[in-house]
Amino acid sequence: MKVVLQNLTKQFPGRNKQPGVTAVNNFNFEIPDGELIGLLGPSGCGKSTVLNMLCGLQKPSAGRIFFGEEDVTDLPPEKRGVGMVFQNYALYPHLTVLQNILFPLQNLKGEQKLSKQEMTDRALEAAKLVQIDMLLDRKPSELSGGQQQRVAIARALVKMPRVLLLDEPLSNLDARLRLQTREEIRRIQQETHITTIFVTHDQEEAMSISDHIVVMNAGVFQQMGKPQEVYDDPVNLFVAKFLGTPPINVFDGEVRGEALFIGADRVLDVPGVRDGAVTVGIRPEGFLLRDGGALRCRLKAVEIMGRDKSIVAENPACQSPTIRAIISAEVSCDVSQTEIGFDIKPQKLCLFEPESGARIRFAAK
Amino acid sequence: MENRDTKAWLYLLPAILFLGVFMIYPLVDVVVYSFEQGYNSASQSFSGVGFFNFSYVLRDPYFLQALKNTFILVIITVPVSTAFALLISVALSSIKKLQDLFQTVYFLPYVTNTLAVGLVFMILFKRTPYSDGLVNLLIGWFGGEAVDFIDGPYWAKMFVLCFYTVWVVLPFKILVLTSALASVDRNYYNAARVDGTSRGRIFRKITLPMISPMLFYLVITGFIGAFKAYSDAVALFGTNLNAAGMNTIVGYVYDMLYGNSGGYPSFASAAAILLFLIVLTITCINLLVKNRSAKN
Repeated sequence: MKVVLQNLTKQFPGRNKQPGVTAVNNFNFEIPDGELIGLLGPSGCGKSTVLNMLCGLQKPSAGRIFFGEEDVTDLPPEKRGVGMVFQNYALYPHLTVLQNILFPLQNLKGEQKLSKQEMTDRALEAAKLVQIDMLLDRKPSELSGGQQQRVAIARALVKMPRVLLLDEPLSNLDARLRLQTREEIRRIQQETHITTIFVTHDQEEAMSISDHIVVMNAGVFQQMGKPQEVYDDPVNLFVAKFLGTPPINVFDGEVRGEALFIGADRVLDVPGVRDGAVTVGIRPEGFLLRDGGALRCRLKAVEIMGRDKSIVAENPACQSPTIRAIISAEVSCDVSQTEIGFDIKPQKLCLFEPESGARIRFAAK
Repeated sequence: MENRDTKAWLYLLPAILFLGVFMIYPLVDVVVYSFEQGYNSASQSFSGVGFFNFSYVLRDPYFLQALKNTFILVIITVPVSTAFALLISVALSSIKKLQDLFQTVYFLPYVTNTLAVGLVFMILFKRTPYSDGLVNLLIGWFGGEAVDFIDGPYWAKMFVLCFYTVWVVLPFKILVLTSALASVDRNYYNAARVDGTSRGRIFRKITLPMISPMLFYLVITGFIGAFKAYSDAVALFGTNLNAAGMNTIVGYVYDMLYGNSGGYPSFASAAAILLFLIVLTITCINLLVKNRSAKN
């Protein structure tokens, strides 16, 4: 089921003469059928509000929501056919796993009503899908965090929703379980082909399993695309900064005669860019270590990480105290020297307007 | 290890002393008195040991009347007040406007003086040379016959007593239940709504089980409180409850100790022990029911 958001806006009224808050501002995007979408943004940017509007718990102030061709904006939650997994799972603590999974089915009325046998069959099927069929008689309190998560997913899936929504599904799990569970979510999504939208503030989580990611900030849609595309080709400084660990290195630079200068160093030719101040973003993997390289920095430390090396350096033009460059572990680096030079890979460098943060494009050679 | 034990006992000593002198000793004494026939506190003498006191009390028509009154009171007021409190607190937590105001209004009786409450009930129910009371006025409007609620037939008096008791215990129950309802995680309701659960089913399958520990607490303390009722009856019908036929078990105990027929500590003790056994049994039954329903 494809999901379309059209001019979706949510405003919360202000209290005590405080101005209201626009949690979601004029959202427009289309989620293709059967895809796994990561809705990504910093805490408090309105991600959960988008999710709540999709499932019908909150009414949009303006705009429409379509599931396929059907306008569901005014439908109550139960008529939308959505399954939702809450951040804290919201499993009913007094019911067993099986009763929890059966709960949505027992709500069905009229023609949709199922016999006891059908309900149990479907619950078992959902439980098998998330591999908890041996835990059916337990209470939620007797399960680990990961198992509770699976029960919550099974409960959301059992009524065969048109759209599955997950709110920060991995935030309550420890690091190892998180890795395992996100693969699990991917597998379940691919087996069921249900259009799935999950909200997260963890860019790694979103990038690793999503077909497409949607980046938002302060209620405003920023960019949508395949994870790698968004990472390589961010539309603005916010997206560039938000994606990637370690984060992108940001410098104050200047363009003079179609050449980019960082401090006094002429770093790169940027054909077609007008003269003036720019903000320069360079990905950690965009540095090439070379004696006499274009960008000169003061070496602070070299961190060995096994697979590769992380070089920590300083440059007065950098907006953060240190620069972090990742280079291959095979490249040797003389720790005793104080100054090192880098060449910059043009495709790993982005230019932005200093004021607005909008991307300035140039034809990299 | 021994040193630590000594220390622990030392810390416990004040509480043990206090409880021992003012709780355990009197308790044991009451049990002892209840088996001593014709105990006299002035001369510290008694004429025999046995179940005489119990058999006397159990044959005393005043005690049987008090027992009947107390049971009726308990059986009516505990379920009625709990159900009303639940209804009102659910309504309170589902309204948005003026919620605080309504909560205050419903809590006011809790902080109101008993005598003031008694006065209000007088105005509502008491027949005076000038009027038949507000309730009788209402009954008259609907074409009914005026009833004397304070000195009239038994059922009318019992109705007033139950009404009064329910009204007095309601605020505390509402307070407990509204906070219990407020502490239920909103996410459960959201999850249920997304799954298309009807309001009735949300209430039965989610709200009720979630607040059931508080409900059981209220039922158990309600039973105990109602079995110990006495002052309410006095506030409505005066101190001579036996004459009014509205005595309660605690009232009977009091009368046996100090009342007009006073001076029989042995009978009072026996009645008190009987009350204790009744409350113990009911509480045990309550706990059994609770444990069984928790298992299902």
